Amino acid sequence: MVDRMGTWRRRHVLAGVVGATAALAAPSILRAAPSGKPVRVGGTLSLTGFLAQTAQIHKIAAEIMVEEINGRNGFLGRPVEYVLLDDQSKPDVARSLYEKLITVDKVDLIQGPYATAPILAAMGVAQRYGKVIIQSSMGIPKLQTYEMAFPATPFGPNPEQTYPNVILDAMASLPTPPKTIVILTSKFPSAQFMAQGMRTQSEKRGVKVLLYLEYESGNRDFGAIAARVKEANADFLWVGSLGLESNQVLEALRKLDYTPKNHFHLYPAPGPLALSPDGKNALCSTFLEPAEPFMSRPGVARQAAAYKERATKANLPYAIIDAQAAGMISEWQILEAGVNGAKSLDDKAIAAFLKKNTVDTIYGTLRFDGPYNHGNAEQLIKQAQGGQWKVVWPTKYAAPGVKLIGS
Amino acid sequence: MPSATLLGQALISGVLAGGMYGLLALGLSLSWGLLRLVNLSHFALAFLAAYLTYELGTTYHVEPWWSAMLIVPAMFAIGVAQHWLFDKFKVNELASLLITFSFAVVLEVAIQLYWTADYRRFETHYSTLSIKAGPFYIPVLELVLCLVAGVLAWGTWLWLRRTYVGKALRASAEDADIAAAYGIDHKKLAYLLSGIGAGYAGVAGTFIALIATLAPAQIWAWLGVVFAVVIIGRLGNPLGALFAGMLIGASESLAMAVLSPAWAPVVSFSVLIAILLWDPDWL
Repeated sequence: MVDRMGTWRRRHVLAGVVGATAALAAPSILRAAPSGKPVRVGGTLSLTGFLAQTAQIHKIAAEIMVEEINGRNGFLGRPVEYVLLDDQSKPDVARSLYEKLITVDKVDLIQGPYATAPILAAMGVAQRYGKVIIQSSMGIPKLQTYEMAFPATPFGPNPEQTYPNVILDAMASLPTPPKTIVILTSKFPSAQFMAQGMRTQSEKRGVKVLLYLEYESGNRDFGAIAARVKEANADFLWVGSLGLESNQVLEALRKLDYTPKNHFHLYPAPGPLALSPDGKNALCSTFLEPAEPFMSRPGVARQAAAYKERATKANLPYAIIDAQAAGMISEWQILEAGVNGAKSLDDKAIAAFLKKNTVDTIYGTLRFDGPYNHGNAEQLIKQAQGGQWKVVWPTKYAAPGVKLIGS
Repeated sequence: MPSATLLGQALISGVLAGGMYGLLALGLSLSWGLLRLVNLSHFALAFLAAYLTYELGTTYHVEPWWSAMLIVPAMFAIGVAQHWLFDKFKVNELASLLITFSFAVVLEVAIQLYWTADYRRFETHYSTLSIKAGPFYIPVLELVLCLVAGVLAWGTWLWLRRTYVGKALRASAEDADIAAAYGIDHKKLAYLLSGIGAGYAGVAGTFIALIATLAPAQIWAWLGVVFAVVIIGRLGNPLGALFAGMLIGASESLAMAVLSPAWAPVVSFSVLIAILLWDPDWL
């Protein structure tokens, strides 16, 4: 006897399996892999020279995003190709290379370089050729005067006013708020800019500035500076540092048997400071850390995992995603949103779309309708606790159980 | 007005920091003064030694003084090999600038390829140790550096003044043809001196690994100030290089304490210009 019922069931099960597979595969089939002539996006990063440490991070983040975008629909159905050149950390080289990318390589779109000086150089070229330029690391927003330049990091239009107040708010929440401050800063333009803002805002809020010191970027010996900081013995030490300068300052202080009561560092190398015993309870600026609530944002967990894998493979000593990598991810998210929104590779159409719309990025929803095309300021404060960075301020961004620790 | 404690501490910090300038200037001064070769790759060799010390220390947990036992002879060999090239292609003083600059750039790129451009820091438990002397603190590592620099500078000075080889080298630097007429083989001695200069870069590199932050671009951070030190200390004078290093270090540090840290880089070149204008007999 033929088991018709069994055959029928098997056929239905088989049909169901095929149908389910087709249904699951449908979005990717309908989307289709991007095809045709690639959309070439040109940009430079400081792959060599004194800014190279950070450029490596941006390069990895950009590669992740290009793959991610090509895994979706590319730009308007065409694959995206990132034409990356090395500006050697020199603004004049950046200027020449952007000129070359636009006039010789004839790229369709451009992405911004890293750091204020190369960005300013590239922005001039972008303006001359009417190209949209998105950047993530111009620490002095008021210099972004070109109407088709867009920030990918939420510094806000006046970080020299807003961020010092975020820091001072955090300090004011401590059981013993600091009454005196020492401001020590590199003369690197974006650090110096913030330091001057910190001095002004501190004075406005009645925190006495005992000492304001500027040192040349790349300063080798912090012994004498440490002696001055120790002698001032303020309640709060604010350091406008870059890279390992913070570690050097704290080590020089330790050699004098001095530990600052509360200390903040602007742009330090995150890994070495968090892991150093001197970095205990150090405060630092950030926009995102790989913890809640940030990891719940769409795609962040995947991007953080991809970044960790690639940064480890590239032998970077700190392979954890942070605000630097996030800046580049945000750049590409904004460009993708601009192209999709404008349904065009035309720079003017993309700029017009971005000015009128918000974009969901790794940093949350960004808008570009304020002064210098900036939206809200979203600077946060993280603290080195137990060898890890934890966002502590504003408290709504702190993970459950994480609190700001004072002296 | 800064306190006496602050001034004293700044002076101590500066003199000890100047020890590093002197140590880096030592090999450069010998090469420039006695071989008439301006070896810009000296800084790259020092940083290569620093990275090797870092690598041996962090990956294989080799103490830096043991690393130095390996690295200094290796640097000596590189110095000899480098001189073989100079000799083969008959490189003169001006051409040496360009060739050694190229060599330094190649080394910088090689360092970046292997260790990446990221900052590296060799953390040791003794890196922040200090000796307390009254109100002052003397960093142990910098003190050891100064002592090593002092021993090397003094030893080299004695070697150049008291030994036949040293006198022969000085004679060749004065007039190679006349020295050759007296049977001095300048070429062989030049290999020895080139090796010693590179070996000193190896010693400096060991201390750079322990004291400074490592990044490939940092190779060039010392160039200006060390050149000033070499000139102030007089070419080919090892003790002069050390004292000039300490003078510049102390001047920079006092400027940081009394004026502003931003003035420090101006000081080294101001001292250089002042001394050149003064034109003392010993220069």
